[in-house]
Amino acid sequence: MRKKTYQLPLCCCRCNVGIPIADCIQIRLVIYNPKCIYYKYFWAVCLAIVLPEKGRMGNVVRRRTRGALRCSSFEVCGNMAGLELLSDQGYRLDGRKATELRKVQARMGVFAQADGSAYLEQGNTKALAVVYGPHEMRGSRSRTRHDRAVINCQYSMATFSTAERKRRPHGDRKSTEMSLHLKQTFEAAVMTQLYPRSQIDIYVKILQSDGGNYSVCVNAATLAVIDAGIPMRDYVCACTVGFVDETPLADLCYAEESGGVSSLALALLPRGGQIALLQMDARLHQDHLEALIEAAMTACKGVSKVLDEVVRQHLEEVSVLSGE
Amino acid sequence: RAFIFIMLKSKTFVKKTRSGGVMKIVREHYLRDDIWCGSEVCAECKQESAVLQRDACIESNLCTYPHYLIPDTNVVLHQIDVLEDPVIRNVIILQTVLQEVRHRSAPVYKRLKDIIHEKEKHFYTFTNEHHRDTFIEREPGESANDRNDRAIRVATKWYSQHLKTSESDAEGLKVVLLTNDQGNTQKAEESSLLVYKCMWSMFSIRGSTDPFKKLCVSTNEITSSKVLFPEHLPLSRIQAGIKSGSFLQGSFRASRDNYLEATVFVQGEGEDSTEVLIQGLQNLNRAVHQDVVAVQLLPRNQWVAPSAVVLQDEGTAKDDDAEEEEEEKALRISAAEAASKPTGKIVGIIKRSWRPYCGMLNASQIKESTRHLFTPADRRIPRIRIETRQSSTLAGQRIMVAIDGWPKHSRYPNGHFVRSLGSAGEKDTEQEVLLLEHDVPHQDFSQAVLSFLPKMPWAITPEDMVKREDLRHLTVCSVDPPGCTDIDDALHCRELDNGNLEVGVHIADVSHFIRPGNAMDKEAANRGTTVYLCGKRIDMVPELLSSNLCSLRSNVERMAFSCIWEMNDKAEILKTRFTKSVINSKASLTYAEAQMRIDDTTMNDDITQSLRGLNKLAKILKRQRIEKGALTLSSLEVRFHIDSETHDPIDLQTKELMETNSMVEEFMLLANISVAQKIYDEFPDCAMLRKHPAPPPSNYDILLKAAKSKNVEIHTDSAKALADSLDGAKVDGFPYFNTLLRILATRCMMQAVYFCSGMDSDFHHYGLASPIYTHFTSPIRRYADIIVHRLLAVAIAADSTYPDLMDKHKQSALANNLNYRHKMSQYAQRASVAFHTQLFFKSRGILNEAGYVLFVRKNAIIVLIPKFGLEGTVFFDTKDKAAPNLVFDEEGPTLKVEQHNFCIFDKVKVTISLDASNIQHQKIRMALIDPVIPGVSVPAPDVEPQAKKPKLDR
Repeated sequence: MRKKTYQLPLCCCRCNVGIPIADCIQIRLVIYNPKCIYYKYFWAVCLAIVLPEKGRMGNVVRRRTRGALRCSSFEVCGNMAGLELLSDQGYRLDGRKATELRKVQARMGVFAQADGSAYLEQGNTKALAVVYGPHEMRGSRSRTRHDRAVINCQYSMATFSTAERKRRPHGDRKSTEMSLHLKQTFEAAVMTQLYPRSQIDIYVKILQSDGGNYSVCVNAATLAVIDAGIPMRDYVCACTVGFVDETPLADLCYAEESGGVSSLALALLPRGGQIALLQMDARLHQDHLEALIEAAMTACKGVSKVLDEVVRQHLEEVSVLSGE
Repeated sequence: RAFIFIMLKSKTFVKKTRSGGVMKIVREHYLRDDIWCGSEVCAECKQESAVLQRDACIESNLCTYPHYLIPDTNVVLHQIDVLEDPVIRNVIILQTVLQEVRHRSAPVYKRLKDIIHEKEKHFYTFTNEHHRDTFIEREPGESANDRNDRAIRVATKWYSQHLKTSESDAEGLKVVLLTNDQGNTQKAEESSLLVYKCMWSMFSIRGSTDPFKKLCVSTNEITSSKVLFPEHLPLSRIQAGIKSGSFLQGSFRASRDNYLEATVFVQGEGEDSTEVLIQGLQNLNRAVHQDVVAVQLLPRNQWVAPSAVVLQDEGTAKDDDAEEEEEEKALRISAAEAASKPTGKIVGIIKRSWRPYCGMLNASQIKESTRHLFTPADRRIPRIRIETRQSSTLAGQRIMVAIDGWPKHSRYPNGHFVRSLGSAGEKDTEQEVLLLEHDVPHQDFSQAVLSFLPKMPWAITPEDMVKREDLRHLTVCSVDPPGCTDIDDALHCRELDNGNLEVGVHIADVSHFIRPGNAMDKEAANRGTTVYLCGKRIDMVPELLSSNLCSLRSNVERMAFSCIWEMNDKAEILKTRFTKSVINSKASLTYAEAQMRIDDTTMNDDITQSLRGLNKLAKILKRQRIEKGALTLSSLEVRFHIDSETHDPIDLQTKELMETNSMVEEFMLLANISVAQKIYDEFPDCAMLRKHPAPPPSNYDILLKAAKSKNVEIHTDSAKALADSLDGAKVDGFPYFNTLLRILATRCMMQAVYFCSGMDSDFHHYGLASPIYTHFTSPIRRYADIIVHRLLAVAIAADSTYPDLMDKHKQSALANNLNYRHKMSQYAQRASVAFHTQLFFKSRGILNEAGYVLFVRKNAIIVLIPKFGLEGTVFFDTKDKAAPNLVFDEEGPTLKVEQHNFCIFDKVKVTISLDASNIQHQKIRMALIDPVIPGVSVPAPDVEPQAKKPKLDR
């Protein structure tokens, strides 16, 4: 099977007919014309869908990893641990039902030094996000944009975050890729045009990892950005969804992620229902994609409710302290 | 709810990684308050549909009140047969139990899940591990097993209290814990729970006597001080041995003819797989047919050759050692030094593949005895010792028995009775046995399957016509064997304006009715093929489809999938086209009718013209195919004339082949090849194809030897060489020689198999000499054809795909199932023919017939009777008679009996009669008449006058 990746304009890689795509979403994936007979035959192989701003093309997420698609690992490993991911009664390994999220707990303003900070737990995955800025450009000035702020993201994992001690906390390929994805997500959500020629730094650290690292980072970073008082279009909420036995499972834990499930990560601006980022590295038949995205959006909306509560509660606390 | 804010526990455990390190794993564990008890009685729980009934009463001496049963893991593992009984209802299966069962035995887990899914059984799965009140943590120093037992007790206690608080108190509903474990019983009684041992609670069930018959009394094992078999090695040592190469792993195949001999088929890497011979009870070491075993090779000086002796286990319930040793000795002496094969002994069993076996009970001689031996219908399965008090009722019945275990001091495995199939010898019972033994799914179609049938009256709608080509105007006709109601193919041929011929093959469009993924599709995929038995057909798809809506009957409009070629008069294909269509067959003919039309020069209607055109092209196609090296093989097929009232066979004849048979066959082959090429081009990864591997040269040994004895040389280097030398093989004054040779050649061939193109690289079809092949032309009776139809439909943009169709692993798994079903259906067919042959000879008494020697064995010859297509064995050493002087020569192979020398292809005369002395294995007995050998041959009996049935004898 030949694989071809197309930039915009979008056209089917088999019959080369251009396809109109819904306005708000710009896609970089292997694309097929739905009317082309090969359409259903091939698997949807999404890399990233990025929300563009008006009149400007979104950047293309470039994966640094070679042989970018991890579909082979999906085929080989299958359900290696031999675990029953979804029981007949509809319960998952940890007792949740298919659509239920893990318990989310969060605090804002955990550090005084930074402009904004937040700590977020989603089940056993724990992340710390810190925001500096907006401030003037540091490092190379050439990256300066005179119409908007530049967002700089750094993702890292604590050496003690996984079962086996991690050798390199950041700078490896996976972390670099994750940093890029975070950058993409927040460039789509933060109103960067309000701060021309400046820079916003977002640092996220995973303290304990138990699946869904990307989405936990996004959720923590959202709270940190809000804490820093930087205006955003909306909360950005992210969630992973997996596909088991024809059922989408929301918010996968590590055991499920490593159990050979094809998973999809989605970052959503819940009010407008716009997708900030969609990423899927596994193989999935086109027919299932829609149901999966639908489930991810529902899950993201669930997350947004919790984040909203956290922000309101934080505001109350702060206003009590400041005596207003 | 999107979130659950209940208690959150974290589960921590250590796990060994593959590299040997130890890893700590932390997992979340949510406890919920929305897991319901599943009882109709309960008012507290907000369940939508309660599984457990209000009136849950199993008639029992012990519990007169309504109660729910909670079995523990061991009860489920050992007494799954009892749980399957329809009497047992309203059982609570705890998640702890389910998980443990899943861990310990996959087959029992599968059966348990099937029971849970059955609505009438009222089995409820209670997710106790995630329930707020029933979750317990493992205490320090507590073993995992003890924790699970405690979890079961806690859940039982919760249930009894939960049901007490609700209004059920008035009804006296209780829960009963079933366990066989002493410690568990004691602890449960301490916490004032109702506990019963599985055994005696079942014994007191009044409603039916059945379930308690099934209980294997596992407590009083059959004990004997003598150890008969060496101990099996533990799995860890087996694995180490396999790794180091001192043991081999393989599947155990018992010999059909000799109960003291078996082979272990060791699958090597790639093509090189070896067979290890196992001889003697000690070396066989309790392995049962189809187990996966570990074998240790014996030193080379102990290697033996497979014996050509036919031995049957005639031992009675008492272990008759003296006799056995004698038989083993006979085995060893008979083994020739020269042809010794790798020989080994079994050191351990890696995986048992026991299933319930059909067979009959040999009631013990001692009248009051409860232990009896059971003889399975399959000779490769050892006899099984069962314990029952019902021996008098079970004698003479066909029963099913499952093996429980095989202790090392017992000559036979221990088992228990599962169910009765009916009395032996009756046609229905025998048919049931035959289907069960060959694992043919033969139940009626379920309501869920039938719900996907189209509503009657059914007609083709204009929407259907949109995507289909209208071919109703064509003169299409079908040619099939007489009495065929599932017509899957029809043909047409007409002359085009440019002088070329248009030939169409129209196949029933079954995939239009059977949509992927629904219950009907799943059922068909599981059945895999329609099984044709004598006088009965086990359909793959419901009858409405198979003999009505899909069947291309004459003078009705039917949907079809057409493959249309444009050919010139040299039968070269100029254009190939595939399309979904609607046709209207003008005639359904039998082969004989079609042949008559072609031969009758006075008939000149459209149908006849079309048939003549087809026939002409088919002849050219066949010639081309044979030039390419396709084989024409031969096997005798038998047809019964069945009495319409009693359904007993009245007469049998071998099937006749006519020109029209080959005409239809040619076009089917052509269509299959065209389609195979097309789907492979479109879907190189996931096309369903069929291949026929070339046989390894050693397979031809017997054929070469046989031919040599008549001074005929056969070349087997390629299919073409084989076909040519078979054509040239003729012996003067022996016209039947060629057919016999072809029958032998057929036995040398490999099985053709389905496979998924993404998983294999060798596509060649040896027998048809085609580089690629598939099955497209019989979707009504083969599931592979339905898959091919779907692929082709996608390829011509007439349909869309679905995920499983494009998944090569799933396709390949499906192909494996189809191969298995196909093989089993062939065996079942043969067994059915054999059974009807016996019925036939039963009614005919003793017959004299002429036949040919097909094989020569050490103590017998195998004779083929061409008139009936019947094969039988003439034994020379019978138990009750002194054995004649036998000299066997391996090279010929020839067998010298007293003065007469038998070799392959000798013409002999035999008497045929039915030997009903063993009711389970009734067999055709043959005895020699001519050549006359004193003391061996029998005098020709009087043949019953045949004038009574002049019409049927031809």
